[in-house]
Amino acid sequence: MNGPHDMGGFQGFGPVMPEADEPVWHHDWEPRAFALVLAMGMTGSWNIDQARHARERLAPVSYWSSSYYEMRHYALVLQLIELGLITAMEEETGRQAVLPKPVKRVATAEMIPAILSSGSPYGRPSNTAAAFGVGEKVRTLNINPAGHTRLPRYARGHVGEIVTIHGCHAFPDSNAKGEGEDPQWLYTVRFTAKELWGKDAPDSVCLDLWEPYLEVFT
Amino acid sequence: MPHDGHHHDHDEGSELSPLALRVKALESLLVEKGYVDPEALDVLIDTYETKIGPRNGARVVAKAWADPEFAGWLKRDATAAIASLGYTGRQGEHMVALFNTPETHNMVVCTLCSCYPWPVLGLPPVWYKAMPYRSRAVIEPRQVLSEFGVSVPETREVRVWDSTAEVRYLVIPERPAGTEGWSEEQLAELVTRDSMIGTGLAKQP
Repeated sequence: MNGPHDMGGFQGFGPVMPEADEPVWHHDWEPRAFALVLAMGMTGSWNIDQARHARERLAPVSYWSSSYYEMRHYALVLQLIELGLITAMEEETGRQAVLPKPVKRVATAEMIPAILSSGSPYGRPSNTAAAFGVGEKVRTLNINPAGHTRLPRYARGHVGEIVTIHGCHAFPDSNAKGEGEDPQWLYTVRFTAKELWGKDAPDSVCLDLWEPYLEVFT
Repeated sequence: MPHDGHHHDHDEGSELSPLALRVKALESLLVEKGYVDPEALDVLIDTYETKIGPRNGARVVAKAWADPEFAGWLKRDATAAIASLGYTGRQGEHMVALFNTPETHNMVVCTLCSCYPWPVLGLPPVWYKAMPYRSRAVIEPRQVLSEFGVSVPETREVRVWDSTAEVRYLVIPERPAGTEGWSEEQLAELVTRDSMIGTGLAKQP
Protein backbone atom coordinates (compact mmCIF):
# COMPACT_ATOMS: atom_id res chain seq x y z
CA MET A 1 0.00 0.00 0.00
CA ASN A 2 1.08 3.59 -0.51
CA GLY A 3 1.29 4.07 3.25
CA PRO A 4 3.25 6.29 5.64
CA HIS A 5 6.02 3.68 5.92
CA ASP A 6 7.15 4.13 2.30
CA MET A 7 9.67 6.85 3.11
CA GLY A 8 12.26 6.67 0.32
CA GLY A 9 12.65 10.03 -1.41
CA PHE A 10 10.37 12.01 0.92
CA GLN A 11 11.63 15.52 1.58
CA GLY A 12 11.08 17.78 4.57
CA PHE A 13 11.85 15.50 7.51
CA GLY A 14 14.93 17.48 8.47
CA PRO A 15 18.49 16.48 9.26
CA VAL A 16 19.63 13.09 10.51
CA MET A 17 20.37 13.39 14.22
CA PRO A 18 23.06 10.93 15.30
CA GLU A 19 23.51 10.68 19.06
CA ALA A 20 26.98 10.16 20.50
CA ASP A 21 27.32 7.07 22.70
CA GLU A 22 23.67 6.24 22.19
CA PRO A 23 22.16 3.93 24.83
CA VAL A 24 20.18 0.87 23.73
CA TRP A 25 17.01 2.29 25.33
CA HIS A 26 15.90 5.86 25.95
CA HIS A 27 12.96 5.21 28.32
CA ASP A 28 12.22 2.50 30.87
CA TRP A 29 9.18 1.27 28.96
CA GLU A 30 11.06 0.72 25.67
CA PRO A 31 12.70 -2.63 26.52
CA ARG A 32 9.36 -3.95 27.79
CA ALA A 33 7.53 -2.79 24.64
CA PHE A 34 10.27 -4.30 22.44
CA ALA A 35 10.21 -7.63 24.28
CA LEU A 36 6.41 -7.82 24.10
CA VAL A 37 6.53 -7.40 20.31
CA LEU A 38 9.13 -10.18 20.00
CA ALA A 39 7.47 -12.53 22.47
CA MET A 40 4.05 -12.14 20.86
CA GLY A 41 5.66 -12.77 17.46
CA MET A 42 6.96 -16.05 18.87
CA THR A 43 3.40 -17.24 19.57
CA GLY A 44 3.11 -17.82 15.82
CA SER A 45 -0.08 -15.75 15.57
CA TRP A 46 1.22 -13.84 12.53
CA ASN A 47 4.15 -13.84 10.12
CA ILE A 48 6.73 -11.09 9.59
CA ASP A 49 4.88 -9.61 6.61
CA GLN A 50 1.60 -9.41 8.51
CA ALA A 51 3.43 -7.65 11.35
CA ARG A 52 4.94 -5.15 8.89
CA HIS A 53 1.59 -4.57 7.24
CA ALA A 54 0.01 -3.78 10.63
CA ARG A 55 2.55 -0.97 11.10
CA GLU A 56 1.86 0.32 7.61
CA ARG A 57 -1.86 0.54 8.37
CA LEU A 58 -1.40 2.90 11.30
CA ALA A 59 -2.77 6.38 10.65
CA PRO A 60 -0.02 8.38 8.87
CA VAL A 61 -0.04 11.16 11.46
CA SER A 62 0.43 8.58 14.21
CA TYR A 63 3.14 6.72 12.29
CA TRP A 64 5.16 9.85 11.61
CA SER A 65 4.81 11.47 15.02
CA SER A 66 5.47 8.39 17.14
CA SER A 67 8.84 7.24 18.34
CA TYR A 68 9.88 3.85 16.97
CA TYR A 69 8.96 1.70 19.97
CA GLU A 70 5.74 3.67 20.42
CA MET A 71 4.77 2.88 16.84
CA ARG A 72 5.64 -0.79 17.37
CA HIS A 73 3.44 -0.84 20.47
CA TYR A 74 0.43 0.60 18.61
CA ALA A 75 0.86 -1.89 15.77
CA LEU A 76 1.09 -4.78 18.24
CA VAL A 77 -2.14 -3.68 19.93
CA LEU A 78 -3.83 -3.37 16.54
CA GLN A 79 -2.87 -6.96 15.66
CA LEU A 80 -3.89 -8.35 19.05
CA ILE A 81 -7.33 -6.78 18.82
CA GLU A 82 -7.86 -7.72 15.16
CA LEU A 83 -7.05 -11.36 15.90
CA GLY A 84 -9.24 -11.41 18.99
CA LEU A 85 -6.31 -12.23 21.26
CA ILE A 86 -7.36 -9.28 23.43
CA THR A 87 -10.27 -6.86 23.34
CA ALA A 88 -10.12 -3.07 23.17
CA MET A 89 -11.65 -2.93 26.65
CA GLU A 90 -8.96 -5.25 28.03
CA GLU A 91 -6.31 -3.04 26.46
CA GLU A 92 -7.78 -0.06 28.31
CA THR A 93 -7.90 -1.76 31.70
CA GLY A 94 -4.94 -4.14 31.48
CA ARG A 95 -7.18 -6.84 32.98
CA GLN A 96 -8.47 -10.02 31.41
CA ALA A 97 -12.22 -9.93 30.73
CA VAL A 98 -12.56 -12.82 28.28
CA LEU A 99 -10.75 -16.13 28.20
CA PRO A 100 -7.51 -16.27 26.17
CA LYS A 101 -7.48 -17.81 22.71
CA PRO A 102 -5.12 -20.73 22.14
CA VAL A 103 -1.77 -19.78 20.55
CA LYS A 104 0.68 -22.09 18.79
CA ARG A 105 3.54 -21.55 21.21
CA VAL A 106 4.47 -19.67 24.35
CA ALA A 107 8.22 -19.12 24.45
CA THR A 108 9.72 -19.71 27.89
CA ALA A 109 12.94 -18.08 29.07
CA GLU A 110 14.83 -21.32 28.38
CA MET A 111 13.64 -21.40 24.77
CA ILE A 112 14.69 -17.85 23.88
CA PRO A 113 18.41 -18.34 23.10
CA ALA A 114 17.69 -21.16 20.64
CA ILE A 115 14.82 -19.28 18.99
CA LEU A 116 16.96 -16.18 18.50
CA SER A 117 20.06 -17.98 17.28
CA SER A 118 18.19 -20.12 14.76
CA GLY A 119 16.07 -17.25 13.40
CA SER A 120 13.61 -17.80 10.57
CA PRO A 121 15.31 -18.28 7.19
CA TYR A 122 13.11 -17.20 4.29
CA GLY A 123 14.89 -19.03 1.46
CA ARG A 124 12.70 -21.71 -0.16
CA PRO A 125 13.31 -24.47 -2.69
CA SER A 126 12.52 -23.52 -6.26
CA ASN A 127 10.79 -25.56 -8.92
CA THR A 128 11.15 -23.02 -11.71
CA ALA A 129 14.16 -21.46 -13.37
CA ALA A 130 14.98 -17.82 -12.63
CA ALA A 131 13.58 -15.59 -15.37
CA PHE A 132 16.48 -13.13 -15.26
CA GLY A 133 20.24 -13.43 -15.22
CA VAL A 134 22.96 -11.28 -13.70
CA GLY A 135 23.67 -8.26 -15.90
CA GLU A 136 20.23 -8.31 -17.48
CA LYS A 137 18.18 -5.11 -17.65
CA VAL A 138 14.72 -5.20 -16.08
CA ARG A 139 11.95 -2.71 -15.53
CA THR A 140 9.93 -2.61 -12.31
CA LEU A 141 6.18 -2.68 -12.69
CA ASN A 142 4.07 0.33 -11.90
CA ILE A 143 1.89 -1.25 -9.24
CA ASN A 144 -0.15 0.33 -6.45
CA PRO A 145 -1.62 -2.57 -4.49
CA ALA A 146 -3.89 -1.84 -1.53
CA GLY A 147 -2.12 -4.63 0.38
CA HIS A 148 1.47 -5.13 1.49
CA THR A 149 4.32 -4.89 -1.01
CA ARG A 150 8.08 -4.47 -0.75
CA LEU A 151 8.43 -2.55 -3.99
CA PRO A 152 8.76 1.06 -2.77
CA ARG A 153 7.06 3.86 -4.70
CA TYR A 154 10.34 5.50 -5.65
CA ALA A 155 11.49 2.37 -7.48
CA ARG A 156 8.34 1.66 -9.53
CA GLY A 157 8.43 1.91 -13.31
CA HIS A 158 12.22 2.20 -13.42
CA VAL A 159 14.93 0.35 -15.32
CA GLY A 160 17.71 -1.37 -13.41
CA GLU A 161 20.23 -4.15 -13.76
CA ILE A 162 20.23 -7.50 -11.98
CA VAL A 163 23.36 -7.77 -9.80
CA THR A 164 22.59 -10.83 -7.64
CA ILE A 165 20.22 -13.79 -7.67
CA HIS A 166 19.38 -14.84 -4.11
CA GLY A 167 17.25 -17.91 -4.86
CA CYS A 168 13.56 -18.21 -4.01
CA HIS A 169 12.22 -16.43 -0.94
CA ALA A 170 8.77 -16.21 0.64
CA PHE A 171 6.80 -13.54 -1.24
CA PRO A 172 5.64 -10.78 1.15
CA ASP A 173 2.72 -9.61 -1.02
CA SER A 174 1.09 -13.03 -0.62
CA ASN A 175 2.38 -13.87 2.86
CA ALA A 176 0.99 -10.66 4.36
CA LYS A 177 -2.51 -11.64 3.24
CA GLY A 178 -2.22 -15.04 4.90
CA GLU A 179 -2.43 -16.61 1.45
CA GLY A 180 0.72 -18.66 1.83
CA GLU A 181 4.38 -17.96 1.12
CA ASP A 182 4.15 -18.38 -2.67
CA PRO A 183 7.99 -18.39 -2.96
CA GLN A 184 9.41 -16.31 -5.81
CA TRP A 185 12.88 -15.62 -7.17
CA LEU A 186 14.57 -12.77 -5.34
CA TYR A 187 17.11 -10.50 -7.03
CA THR A 188 19.21 -7.51 -6.10
CA VAL A 189 18.59 -4.86 -8.75
CA ARG A 190 20.79 -1.77 -9.15
CA PHE A 191 19.30 1.53 -10.33
CA THR A 192 21.38 4.58 -11.17
CA ALA A 193 20.73 7.90 -9.41
CA LYS A 194 20.08 9.31 -12.89
CA GLU A 195 17.31 6.76 -13.48
CA LEU A 196 15.62 7.18 -10.08
CA TRP A 197 16.14 10.87 -9.37
CA GLY A 198 17.30 12.46 -12.60
CA LYS A 199 20.62 13.27 -10.98
CA ASP A 200 23.99 13.50 -12.65
CA ALA A 201 25.93 11.59 -10.04
CA PRO A 202 27.92 8.35 -10.18
CA ASP A 203 25.66 7.01 -7.41
CA SER A 204 23.13 4.19 -7.36
CA VAL A 205 20.56 2.39 -5.22
CA CYS A 206 20.27 -1.39 -4.92
CA LEU A 207 17.00 -3.02 -3.88
CA ASP A 208 16.04 -6.63 -3.23
CA LEU A 209 13.08 -7.33 -5.49
CA TRP A 210 10.99 -10.43 -6.19
CA GLU A 211 10.40 -11.63 -9.73
CA PRO A 212 6.69 -10.64 -9.87
CA TYR A 213 7.80 -6.98 -9.50
CA LEU A 214 9.95 -7.16 -12.65
CA GLU A 215 9.58 -7.36 -16.41
CA VAL A 216 12.09 -7.71 -19.21
CA PHE A 217 13.47 -4.46 -20.53
CA THR A 218 14.59 -4.46 -24.15
CA MET B 1 -5.19 0.33 19.26
CA PRO B 2 -3.51 3.17 17.40
CA HIS B 3 -3.94 6.39 19.25
CA ASP B 4 -3.77 9.92 18.06
CA GLY B 5 -0.07 10.44 18.32
CA HIS B 6 -0.17 12.60 21.41
CA HIS B 7 1.27 9.99 23.72
CA HIS B 8 4.84 11.14 23.52
CA ASP B 9 6.85 10.08 26.44
CA HIS B 10 7.82 12.77 28.88
CA ASP B 11 10.66 12.72 31.35
CA GLU B 12 10.01 9.92 33.68
CA GLY B 13 9.98 11.22 37.21
CA SER B 14 8.11 9.47 39.97
CA GLU B 15 5.01 9.15 37.79
CA LEU B 16 4.84 7.00 34.71
CA SER B 17 3.99 8.62 31.38
CA PRO B 18 0.69 7.64 29.72
CA LEU B 19 2.62 5.48 27.26
CA ALA B 20 4.65 3.77 29.99
CA LEU B 21 1.36 2.96 31.74
CA ARG B 22 -0.12 1.49 28.55
CA VAL B 23 2.92 -0.73 27.97
CA LYS B 24 2.81 -1.88 31.58
CA ALA B 25 -0.92 -2.60 31.31
CA LEU B 26 -0.42 -4.58 28.11
CA GLU B 27 2.34 -6.64 29.68
CA SER B 28 0.12 -7.53 32.69
CA LEU B 29 -2.71 -8.45 30.35
CA LEU B 30 -0.59 -10.65 28.07
CA VAL B 31 1.00 -12.39 31.05
CA GLU B 32 -2.42 -12.92 32.66
CA LYS B 33 -3.67 -14.44 29.41
CA GLY B 34 -0.68 -16.77 29.34
CA TYR B 35 0.59 -15.57 25.95
CA VAL B 36 3.97 -14.46 27.24
CA ASP B 37 6.33 -15.62 29.95
CA PRO B 38 7.62 -12.60 31.92
CA GLU B 39 10.99 -14.29 32.40
CA ALA B 40 11.26 -14.72 28.63
CA LEU B 41 10.84 -10.95 28.31
CA ASP B 42 13.77 -10.45 30.68
CA VAL B 43 15.95 -12.81 28.63
CA LEU B 44 15.03 -11.02 25.40
CA ILE B 45 15.93 -7.64 26.87
CA ASP B 46 19.17 -8.87 28.39
CA THR B 47 20.23 -10.49 25.10
CA TYR B 48 20.01 -7.25 23.12
CA GLU B 49 21.31 -5.10 25.97
CA THR B 50 24.41 -7.08 26.82
CA LYS B 51 25.13 -9.93 24.39
CA ILE B 52 24.46 -8.76 20.85
CA GLY B 53 25.96 -5.51 19.58
CA PRO B 54 28.37 -3.94 17.10
CA ARG B 55 31.42 -5.53 18.72
CA ASN B 56 30.31 -8.71 16.94
CA GLY B 57 30.43 -7.00 13.56
CA ALA B 58 33.76 -5.37 14.38
CA ARG B 59 35.21 -8.82 14.91
CA VAL B 60 33.94 -9.90 11.48
CA VAL B 61 35.50 -6.84 9.82
CA ALA B 62 38.81 -7.19 11.64
CA LYS B 63 39.06 -10.84 10.61
CA ALA B 64 38.26 -9.91 7.00
CA TRP B 65 41.09 -7.34 7.08
CA ALA B 66 43.59 -9.72 8.65
CA ASP B 67 42.72 -12.96 6.88
CA PRO B 68 42.33 -12.91 3.07
CA GLU B 69 40.86 -16.40 3.09
CA PHE B 70 38.12 -15.31 5.48
CA ALA B 71 37.53 -12.17 3.38
CA GLY B 72 37.03 -14.38 0.32
CA TRP B 73 34.57 -16.58 2.20
CA LEU B 74 32.71 -13.48 3.40
CA LYS B 75 32.39 -12.31 -0.21
CA ARG B 76 31.09 -15.68 -1.43
CA ASP B 77 28.87 -16.68 1.51
CA ALA B 78 28.64 -14.08 4.25
CA THR B 79 25.97 -16.00 6.19
CA ALA B 80 28.26 -19.03 6.62
CA ALA B 81 31.45 -17.01 7.21
CA ILE B 82 29.75 -14.91 9.90
CA ALA B 83 28.15 -18.00 11.46
CA SER B 84 31.63 -19.50 11.83
CA LEU B 85 32.29 -16.76 14.42
CA GLY B 86 29.09 -17.64 16.26
CA TYR B 87 26.83 -14.86 14.98
CA THR B 88 23.60 -16.27 13.60
CA GLY B 89 19.86 -16.01 13.76
CA ARG B 90 17.10 -13.48 13.94
CA GLN B 91 17.50 -10.62 11.45
CA GLY B 92 20.71 -12.13 10.13
CA GLU B 93 19.43 -15.22 8.36
CA HIS B 94 20.64 -14.09 4.92
CA MET B 95 23.80 -11.99 5.18
CA VAL B 96 25.68 -10.14 2.44
CA ALA B 97 28.99 -8.33 3.07
CA LEU B 98 29.58 -5.15 1.07
CA PHE B 99 33.27 -4.33 0.66
CA ASN B 100 34.12 -0.66 0.30
CA THR B 101 36.75 -0.02 -2.37
CA PRO B 102 38.41 3.03 -3.94
CA GLU B 103 35.61 2.84 -6.57
CA THR B 104 32.57 2.25 -4.35
CA HIS B 105 31.32 3.45 -0.98
CA ASN B 106 28.43 1.32 0.34
CA MET B 107 25.72 2.55 2.67
CA VAL B 108 22.72 0.65 4.06
CA VAL B 109 19.16 1.81 4.77
CA CYS B 110 15.69 0.35 5.13
CA THR B 111 13.28 2.87 3.64
CA LEU B 112 10.19 0.72 4.34
CA CYS B 113 10.79 -0.22 7.98
CA SER B 114 13.92 -0.76 10.05
CA CYS B 115 15.68 -3.87 8.71
CA TYR B 116 19.16 -4.15 10.22
CA PRO B 117 21.60 -7.05 10.78
CA TRP B 118 20.96 -7.70 14.48
CA PRO B 119 23.40 -10.60 15.08
CA VAL B 120 26.39 -8.47 14.02
CA LEU B 121 25.27 -4.92 14.91
CA GLY B 122 22.64 -5.33 17.64
CA LEU B 123 19.52 -3.16 17.62
CA PRO B 124 19.61 -0.16 15.29
CA PRO B 125 20.21 3.36 16.61
CA VAL B 126 17.27 5.77 16.74
CA TRP B 127 18.44 7.77 13.71
CA TYR B 128 18.52 4.64 11.52
CA LYS B 129 14.82 4.01 12.22
CA ALA B 130 13.80 7.67 12.04
CA MET B 131 12.17 9.43 9.09
CA PRO B 132 15.06 11.74 8.05
CA TYR B 133 17.50 8.89 7.38
CA ARG B 134 14.91 6.56 5.85
CA SER B 135 13.64 9.26 3.50
CA ARG B 136 16.91 10.88 2.49
CA ALA B 137 19.50 8.08 2.27
CA VAL B 138 18.31 7.01 -1.19
CA ILE B 139 17.71 10.45 -2.75
CA GLU B 140 20.60 12.45 -1.30
CA PRO B 141 23.13 10.03 0.18
CA ARG B 142 26.04 12.46 -0.08
CA GLN B 143 24.26 15.14 1.95
CA VAL B 144 23.36 12.53 4.57
CA LEU B 145 26.97 11.35 4.66
CA SER B 146 28.17 14.92 5.10
CA GLU B 147 25.96 15.19 8.21
CA PHE B 148 27.97 12.27 9.58
CA GLY B 149 31.18 14.08 8.65
CA VAL B 150 31.90 11.73 5.73
CA SER B 151 32.92 13.14 2.37
CA VAL B 152 33.12 10.72 -0.56
CA PRO B 153 35.12 11.86 -3.61
CA GLU B 154 32.95 12.82 -6.62
CA THR B 155 34.59 10.10 -8.70
CA ARG B 156 33.59 7.35 -6.26
CA GLU B 157 30.14 5.77 -6.50
CA VAL B 158 27.96 5.93 -3.41
CA ARG B 159 25.96 2.71 -3.60
CA VAL B 160 22.95 2.69 -1.28
CA TRP B 161 21.43 -0.67 -0.32
CA ASP B 162 17.74 -0.50 0.54
CA SER B 163 16.96 -3.62 2.62
CA THR B 164 13.61 -4.44 1.04
CA ALA B 165 13.76 -8.24 1.59
CA GLU B 166 15.15 -10.48 4.35
CA VAL B 167 18.72 -10.07 3.12
CA ARG B 168 20.77 -8.10 5.65
CA TYR B 169 23.84 -6.07 4.73
CA LEU B 170 27.11 -5.50 6.58
CA VAL B 171 29.51 -2.92 5.16
CA ILE B 172 33.18 -3.85 5.34
CA PRO B 173 34.97 -0.49 5.54
CA GLU B 174 38.38 0.00 3.96
CA ARG B 175 41.27 -0.95 6.20
CA PRO B 176 43.10 2.14 7.41
CA ALA B 177 46.69 2.62 6.25
CA GLY B 178 49.41 2.16 8.83
CA THR B 179 47.87 -0.92 10.44
CA GLU B 180 50.14 -3.51 8.85
CA GLY B 181 50.84 -6.36 11.20
CA TRP B 182 48.13 -5.41 13.69
CA SER B 183 46.30 -8.20 15.50
CA GLU B 184 42.58 -8.78 14.90
CA GLU B 185 41.87 -7.47 18.40
CA GLN B 186 43.73 -4.23 17.64
CA LEU B 187 42.04 -3.87 14.27
CA ALA B 188 38.58 -4.41 15.75
CA GLU B 189 39.10 -1.30 17.90
CA LEU B 190 39.13 0.80 14.71
CA VAL B 191 35.76 -0.52 13.49
CA THR B 192 32.83 1.69 14.48
CA ARG B 193 29.17 0.77 14.20
CA ASP B 194 28.59 3.54 11.68
CA SER B 195 31.44 2.30 9.50
CA MET B 196 29.55 -1.00 9.19
CA ILE B 197 26.33 0.80 8.18
CA GLY B 198 28.30 2.93 5.74
CA THR B 199 27.61 6.26 7.43
CA GLY B 200 31.13 6.32 8.81
CA LEU B 201 34.66 5.22 8.03
CA ALA B 202 36.99 3.11 10.11
CA LYS B 203 38.99 5.09 12.69
CA GLN B 204 42.52 6.07 11.74
CA PRO B 205 45.25 4.58 13.91
